[in-house]
Amino acid sequence: MHLLRLALASLANRRFTVLLTVFAVALSVTLLLAVERIRSEARVSFASTISGTDLVVGARSGPVNLLLYSVFRIGNATSNIRWDSFLHYAEHPRVSWAIPLSLGDSHRGYRVLGTNQVYFEHYHYGHGQPLRLAEGRAFADDPFEVVLGAEVAQALHYRLGEHIVLAHGVATVSLVQHDDKPFTVVGVLARTGTPVDRTLHISLAGMEAIHIDWHSGMPAQGTARISADESRRRDLTPKAITAFLLGLDSKIATFTLQREINDYQGEPLLAILPGVALQELWSLMGTAEKALFVVSLFVVLTGLIGMLTAILASLNERRREMAILRSVGARPWHIAGLLIFESTFLALAGVSFGLALLYFGIVIARGYLQANYGLYLPLAWPNLHEWILLGGILLAALLMGCLPAWRAYRQSLADGLSIRL
Amino acid sequence: MNSLLELDGLGFAWPGQAELLDIPEFRLVRGETLFLRGPSGSGKTTLLGLLGGVQRASRGRVRLLEEDLGRLSSGARDRFRANHIGYIFQQFNLLPFLSVRENVELPCRFSRLRAAHACQRHGSVEKAAVTLLEHLGLSAELQGRRADSLSIGQQQRIAAARALIGQPELVIADEPTSALDADTREAFLQLLFGECRAAGASLLFVSHDQSLAPLFDRSLSLVELNRAHAEDHCNIL
Repeated sequence: MHLLRLALASLANRRFTVLLTVFAVALSVTLLLAVERIRSEARVSFASTISGTDLVVGARSGPVNLLLYSVFRIGNATSNIRWDSFLHYAEHPRVSWAIPLSLGDSHRGYRVLGTNQVYFEHYHYGHGQPLRLAEGRAFADDPFEVVLGAEVAQALHYRLGEHIVLAHGVATVSLVQHDDKPFTVVGVLARTGTPVDRTLHISLAGMEAIHIDWHSGMPAQGTARISADESRRRDLTPKAITAFLLGLDSKIATFTLQREINDYQGEPLLAILPGVALQELWSLMGTAEKALFVVSLFVVLTGLIGMLTAILASLNERRREMAILRSVGARPWHIAGLLIFESTFLALAGVSFGLALLYFGIVIARGYLQANYGLYLPLAWPNLHEWILLGGILLAALLMGCLPAWRAYRQSLADGLSIRL
Repeated sequence: MNSLLELDGLGFAWPGQAELLDIPEFRLVRGETLFLRGPSGSGKTTLLGLLGGVQRASRGRVRLLEEDLGRLSSGARDRFRANHIGYIFQQFNLLPFLSVRENVELPCRFSRLRAAHACQRHGSVEKAAVTLLEHLGLSAELQGRRADSLSIGQQQRIAAARALIGQPELVIADEPTSALDADTREAFLQLLFGECRAAGASLLFVSHDQSLAPLFDRSLSLVELNRAHAEDHCNIL
């Protein structure tokens, strides 16, 4: 015990360097753990962009492509699917709900999604959370009503009752506006941290109405134009949509139905399991994530090397301390033990302080991250993986401590009892 | 007479160098205070290293308390030193970050034997330290202070208390008074003699300050003792 007491007193005597060293180790530990937490939470949050949906169906292309445009609103569909294909599967006996998705228009860089009321009821994200309206209501029978995602409303400062004009196509600067048929904001969704926040939701009828007088991708001119009021009286059943989401009455039916859709005779369709496609997509981003992890490991290594440098640098000034200890009966292994204890203690203090910093950071940043990036950082105890990392850091410190310990051992054998200044 | 320390035909040379020490015979009796005059370069530090078992003799024997140090393993020599020898150095004897009393208690932390002696005589290691420090004129108020907050004279008295705690049979003092002024020098020596006598310890006092020699039971010159140097001197002459 007295050796510990000696080591602690000696450290306390050098507290300024010691504190800086501990702080460097702590920061590197915080960084490593933060990267680890964000990495695993990003993975979880990514995987929970969509939840409760059993199959995503679109025109035949690749699974990742279909997932990207239907769920992440990135890229474009290669082709549309017919409305009766949707109806065919919406009425399928194993299907309990179906959400049609019609994409292709935008508003100031945000995508417009044409869908129906089933969307607000059955679209789930995260751990099975449903969409919630922060204010207003879902769109109803009038085709020209829009429900905004949280980010859209916040970024563009839109309030209920405001009239907005949608643009044709998805370019940020659109040359062609649907300015003859403005939409009224009737609702704003609560934040989800998913692409839903960056989406404007209109009814399929609304989507049909703004394109009613369009032919081959161009708006009608002059008298051929159909006004908003007139379009309200027309049949606004869509002829085609981009994709649809299916919820089945039992998970067991998923594969059977997937095969059935992929073999559909009406037109070439592709049905994917969102979980599988998400995994595939995540593995594409895995490299960047791994690189981040490796970088933070190196930062920890740098922190430990800094500690090693500080201890080695102190050895020369502490020759007197060592010689005094030898003269009062300390054996060379006592001296070596002191130094190993020192490096382990510094690393332990760094790890503890780093953990404290991490939790402090989580408490400070969790609200912001949840709101803006949909990252939920729980205030949980370190998991097994993190304990292993921390244990590894301590072990590395212990091994590094052997170097100054060995030098001090040699030094104290060579110096003996003579006090060198 | 009961001898505590005996050197017989001792020779020592650093690897690859000429013999530095050649001492045919040397005796230190129990309870004796011996002044050993050694100018710098006379092999003084090496001799103290040999007596403390930090170095091993190239030839001959170093016997302390009937134990041949050369026959002990280096760990056993360390233990033997901790148990039976107290050291006082020229200066900077103390660990600055410990309190005065903790510094004095240090040898008892590394030697069970000395801790046992201290407990036997004073009841506890702490009481032994307090008593010794009081005898050496360091008040209770000073005992809790950091060692480096005291004057050099006080620090040397603390070092003496540390050398004496747990009654080692031999106290080796290496120029302990060279940093003190003339007035405190003699006072320090009287205190040291008194405490060595009370503890029954022999004192081997190494210094180049000949004026202190008459205060000791016996006085020797390392230059005369060491034949290796005698030859050196002849060669020079």
